[in-house]
Amino acid sequence: MKLMVSVKRVVDYNVRIQVKPDGSGVVTDGVKMSMNPFDEIAMEEALRIKEAGNAEEIIAVTIGEQKAQEQLRTALAMGADRAIHVEVDEDIQPLTAARVLKALADKEQPGMVLLGKQAIDDDQGQTGQMLAALWDRPQATFASKVDLDGQKAKVTREVDAGLETIEVDLPAVVTTDLRLNEPRYVKLPDIMKAKKKPIDTTSLADLGVEAAPGLKVTNTAPPPERQGGKKVESVDELVSELKNRGLI
Amino acid sequence: MAKVLLIADHDGENLNPTTPKAVACAADFSPEALDVAVFVSGDNGVADQAAKLDGVSRVLRIDNPANEHCLAAMLAPQIVKMAADYTHVLVAGSTFGKDLMARVAALLGVLQVSDIMKVESDYVFQRPIYAGNAITTVEAPSDQVLCGTVRAASYQAAGEGNSASVEDISVDAELPDHTRFVSVETHKSDRPDLQTAPRVVSGGRGVGSGENFDIIYKLADKINAGVGASRAAVDAGYVPNDMQVGQTGKIIAPELYIAVGISGAIQHWAGIKDAGTIVAINKDEEAPIFEVADLGLVADLFDAVPELEQKLG
Ligand SMILES: Cc1cc2nc3c(=O)[nH]c(=O)nc-3n(C[C@H](O)[C@H](O)[C@H](O)COP(=O)(O)OP(=O)(O)OC[C@H]3O[C@@H](n4cnc5c(N)ncnc54)[C@H](O)[C@@H]3O)c2cc1C
Ligand SMILES: Nc1ncnc2c1ncn2[C@@H]1O[C@H](COP(=O)(O)O)[C@@H](O)[C@H]1O
Repeated sequence: MKLMVSVKRVVDYNVRIQVKPDGSGVVTDGVKMSMNPFDEIAMEEALRIKEAGNAEEIIAVTIGEQKAQEQLRTALAMGADRAIHVEVDEDIQPLTAARVLKALADKEQPGMVLLGKQAIDDDQGQTGQMLAALWDRPQATFASKVDLDGQKAKVTREVDAGLETIEVDLPAVVTTDLRLNEPRYVKLPDIMKAKKKPIDTTSLADLGVEAAPGLKVTNTAPPPERQGGKKVESVDELVSELKNRGLI
Repeated sequence: MAKVLLIADHDGENLNPTTPKAVACAADFSPEALDVAVFVSGDNGVADQAAKLDGVSRVLRIDNPANEHCLAAMLAPQIVKMAADYTHVLVAGSTFGKDLMARVAALLGVLQVSDIMKVESDYVFQRPIYAGNAITTVEAPSDQVLCGTVRAASYQAAGEGNSASVEDISVDAELPDHTRFVSVETHKSDRPDLQTAPRVVSGGRGVGSGENFDIIYKLADKINAGVGASRAAVDAGYVPNDMQVGQTGKIIAPELYIAVGISGAIQHWAGIKDAGTIVAINKDEEAPIFEVADLGLVADLFDAVPELEQKLG
């Protein structure tokens, strides 16, 4: 079967983001960009499924500006066989991303689509579930273990109560949680090899997808500041501070 | 005016503590009606718990064997049928709510607002992005049903002085058979629930092992606190995943949070920034957690935590 993995270009998780003073958004110019960490985990899982002999081809997909091809190159260097770049100029929201992935799923007929459980820029956490709904297929979200068994998959999910295991028929949508795997490092020869792998470019119009109305962001502000920083010298002082504040 | 349908999160016996908080958020709309849907297979009193919550107009109980494990694939088609009578469909942003609501929204062909932290009007909200390092104000279209998840840590639980009616309804929706529940592994503990406890003690990688976590539990038990952990502590296998606090774990707002052997990465910080007083115990005085902690103690945790436990006696 084929596997499809979506990868989003986001501000690197180590960057301390700055909010623009005029409230129009966060500063992204000159900021390090990376593949969404959950998507790296999705890529890694797809590679392991293929390496175990359970898939033949891995297709990486991104929806975004021209530069998002950098993240597709990373996916190809990790081991994806080919990539699809759906070029859009503006940021798109989950419902539109899900429509795009649905159109690609119809075309490519993957046995599984793997996505991150959330993109760490907007923290929406919707796209996988939306894709599953539009595609009329099962969803196994927040996965920490995926076991394939013929036309079925058993997926363990990280839920508030602990670990839930469900069984889904394929094709299915899986969204990844942090403990699913540890993504491999990309080696230089793989980066060279990835340059020769194909990236197809397409557009919403080519795919017949209409962008959904989105949320309008009217303001972006920094969170309320916390006045931290007071140090205590000893456990005794800590205890008396806690008592003074009525916390103990 | 808003007509709100709120989906209850529960485990078959008890409402999840995030649901009364989501009810409080729903009450901040201008609700003409605030109905709570309880999907169950044989009810053990969950609907009655929901009926007590202040602000609730009616509790709608949908009793169906297919609802036993509250799988999103089963619930979503039923909610879609019910949504026609409402302007808003809400759920707490627990793992249940996150899994479910986006499926509902896409079936309805509408967008979703995730992690509502403030309702400015029926269609204008504040929500966090970048792990809470920025807060956006967003406006949703008012000509379609609005689906939303509630950032429970931003709300105080609704009071329990109500006695709303409980009505049994049946919803005629076609349900799939492609998704099956297998099992759930939970860690029952007698300690206060991490998400609602007024006091929480968390341990990080600095604690060093699962056995060493005993000193964290002892301190927690002394002050009747819930226990949490950093991702590094969970990844290392010291404690189970349901204890993770942070951007991708639980987001909590206790009155007192004590972080032990935790460096204070932004992803961890995202889970505790609404806490009342944050105490950090760390042997590295440069640890970022000290920049945000109200009270910092530079010390070896293996000395400081047992001493603290003893002196709080
Ligand atoms: C996409 C993404 C999502 C994430 N989500 C989360 C999340 O939800 N929650 C989360 O916590 N993390 C999350 N992380 C991970 C986060 O970036 C950090 O790696 C993690 O929080 C570090 O955990 P820690 O502070 O326990 O470990 P470390 O950073 O290793 O810190 C250990 C601390 O213990 C101190 N220490 C060691 N020994 C002692 C001693 N004897 N006495 C006192 N102090 C001692 C050290 O000085 C150090 O400060 C996420 C990361 C990514 C990329
Ligand atoms: N523009 C995009 N391009 C590629 N993948 C995306 C895009 N937006 C969302 N995704 C995928 O959907 C997941 C969840 O995103 P979100 O719903 O925005 O939090 C991400 O981890 C990606 O795998």
